Amino acid sequence: MADIKNILLVGVGGQGTILASKILSAALVDSGYDVKMSEVHGMAQRGGSVTTQIRYGKKVYSPIIGRGEADVMVCFEKMEAIRWIEFVKPDAKVVINDFEIPSAPILVGSAEYPQGIIEELSSKAEVSVFEAAKIAKELGNPKAMNIVLLGALVKALGLEAMDWDRYISENVKKGFEELNIRAFRAGMDAI
Amino acid sequence: MKQLMTGNEAAARGAYEAGVLFAAAYPGTPSTEILENLGTLYKKDVYSEWAPNEKVAVESAIGAAIAGGRALACMKHVGVNVAADPLMTFGYTGTTAGFVIVSADDPGMHSSQNEQDNRYYAKFAKIPMLEPSDSKEALEYMKAAYELSEKWSTPVFFRMTTRVCHSKSIVEFGERKEAKPFKYEKNIARYVATPAYAKVMRVKVEERMKKMEEFSNTTDLNKPEYNGSRIGVISSGVAYQYAREVFGEEASYLKLGFTHPMPMNLIKEFASKVDKLYIVEELEPYMEDQIRAAGIDCIGKAVIPNIGELDTDRVRKAVFGEENDTIKTEKKAVDRPPTLCAGCPHRGFFYSLSKRKGIMVTGDIGCYTLGNAEPLYAIDTTICMGASISTGHGAAKVFEKTEPGKKVVSVIGDSTFLHTGVSSLMSAAYNGGNSVAVILDNRITGMTGHQQNPGTGYTLMGEPAPQVDIPALCVAMGIRAENIFIVNPNNLEENDAALDKALAAEGPSVIITKWPCILKKPSDHDKKQFDLSKKTCKVNADKCRNCKMCLKTGCPALFAKDGKVVIDQGSCTGCNVCGQVCPFDAIEKAGE
Ligand SMILES: Cc1ncc(C[n+]2csc(CCOP(=O)(O)OP(=O)(O)O)c2C)c(N)n1
Repeated sequence: MADIKNILLVGVGGQGTILASKILSAALVDSGYDVKMSEVHGMAQRGGSVTTQIRYGKKVYSPIIGRGEADVMVCFEKMEAIRWIEFVKPDAKVVINDFEIPSAPILVGSAEYPQGIIEELSSKAEVSVFEAAKIAKELGNPKAMNIVLLGALVKALGLEAMDWDRYISENVKKGFEELNIRAFRAGMDAI
Repeated sequence: MKQLMTGNEAAARGAYEAGVLFAAAYPGTPSTEILENLGTLYKKDVYSEWAPNEKVAVESAIGAAIAGGRALACMKHVGVNVAADPLMTFGYTGTTAGFVIVSADDPGMHSSQNEQDNRYYAKFAKIPMLEPSDSKEALEYMKAAYELSEKWSTPVFFRMTTRVCHSKSIVEFGERKEAKPFKYEKNIARYVATPAYAKVMRVKVEERMKKMEEFSNTTDLNKPEYNGSRIGVISSGVAYQYAREVFGEEASYLKLGFTHPMPMNLIKEFASKVDKLYIVEELEPYMEDQIRAAGIDCIGKAVIPNIGELDTDRVRKAVFGEENDTIKTEKKAVDRPPTLCAGCPHRGFFYSLSKRKGIMVTGDIGCYTLGNAEPLYAIDTTICMGASISTGHGAAKVFEKTEPGKKVVSVIGDSTFLHTGVSSLMSAAYNGGNSVAVILDNRITGMTGHQQNPGTGYTLMGEPAPQVDIPALCVAMGIRAENIFIVNPNNLEENDAALDKALAAEGPSVIITKWPCILKKPSDHDKKQFDLSKKTCKVNADKCRNCKMCLKTGCPALFAKDGKVVIDQGSCTGCNVCGQVCPFDAIEKAGE
């Protein structure tokens, strides 16, 4: 299965991982790859941890990624990087959004948000860290954070040459095309 | 046309292309989107509706199919338990026009209370079963299912699982082909399942089984792929995809898409051509047991777990004892359990309920089940949909004898009440019950993603509809009007007063909490009835004494920052439950 690439997007319900993966997979299908994509719905909406998994190549069987299989992991939230790290290959690229969403046990004070995540993971994997939320805010819309992260992901995959302006325009809300294209470029430049 | 679709989208497309005229379902993850797709994208051609429960969905679809139109009923695995009664006998009478029931199983219990393997239902009901393994097959098999249903006049069991329902893969789709409706003809001997007629039908069921097994051995829904002869793998559904990847190009495969009745001759032939035979199936040894019973030696559940869902890791480790290299860390991510949303109207009521000590709270299934979790801990039991009021009634009857004075409160959502809670409350009223039923009416079916129900005023296809008058319904069932209390759950005083009165009442009582789900797009009815203007709350740092009482509401908009509580203005909706809990009046409506 060496010709298959595995991408893992991890985050928290409501962060927009789904739109980002929709744009990416539309581009991959259009480029002639076999593509499978998985996400678990349901309880996730209520603040749970969410993942979207995309696999592409000549012929893809399993719709989900096993441990030690992801080539690239993009973490929309920092703590999720530790939750999912064992799903990446030892030589994978890991993109981390420096953004914290404390979970319920942390909010009520019965647990603490883990410290030193970036240092720990940087010592073990090829990690790029940046503040996608800040970049999106500077561009004028914090909600475009997911597209900033998509830009970084595309760079990590080496797929810059595709017609991203078109795929983004076709998939985002009318009137927000330009903002999202700028967000995407800023993400590519950030790593 | 080629498109990336989920299995649910593809199954809906398949039903549309097959010329289905009538579709009904009760929502349930992972099946919900099938009807949502039919009721929006294809509503010009397919009439679709939400039934109040799965039994009603199946019965309505049975009526449609007997009347001559192709019909579909969809549900999650546990929904088939609710619908099992009509399904079992419909297997006897058989159908006129094509009838398909979708069972969406949830191995791994991503969003379910159990992981029962519903393939046994097909065997139990003696009806054919199809199992797609990806979206492309979901569309193709759905169309095939209607052909087979009409060929043998039988309902068809269409079994999907979470990963098939919710994964996207490439689908090629076509056009709708109108199926010519059958002309309805009265046929008492065929459709009236009295003992006399059913005895005749029973014999026909066995004849049909023989024909279906012959078909199973020859159809290309069951496909061998011969490669090497050392290892052979028999698999079905998404488990095939995992097996195909793990065993690779060397092994031979028998991929089964038509799994009831099993193609035993084909399996014997396949087994004779390989040295070692593996059966890779998720959950129970449904196929393995039948293969062994035919005297064929194989390796299945001896190595492959029957608990939880499979994936390539689990299959690889089970069969070859190998694991991929990966990155490990000692650091632990804190759990991220689902919580009631900021502004969820269930929170206020559960906060009030959590203050009552010494009562038993029987729960039900919906977002409000989260009332069991830290820090509210306000639910003692959850079994299945509709069970809260009946289990509460039984418990109260025992307490009358064992612990007189001990009270039982049952909590149930609006959709769940209308699903099967009504008959439970009827029993409590009829049988001199003494418990408190709380109907948490958030004006929508919340947990499964906002489906309309008979209480909301709209249908699946967006038409206005009558709304069930819940208080009047309770009175009609024998609950005394003075024992019914309607509250705004965001108002803790109202909750407390209603709980005092309901717990002191003679006979069964009902509290109805009425406020729309905070994530719901308000309907015209909602806008008229509720003040839904945007608000937020803020902590007044001068008054805050840092007691952290507000955190006991478990609201995700509140968090402690450098030892002080802060309210996140982005997620706060101004429900002010925390403000009512604060002993120092330190939480204020923003802008006041
Ligand atoms: C027999 C059965 N059918 C469907 C489901 C899926 N299901 C779980 S919760 C739920 C809806 C609950 O809605 P409601 O009672 O209104 O409560 P809310 O989530 O809005 O609080 C459904 C349909 C199930 N668990 N069991």
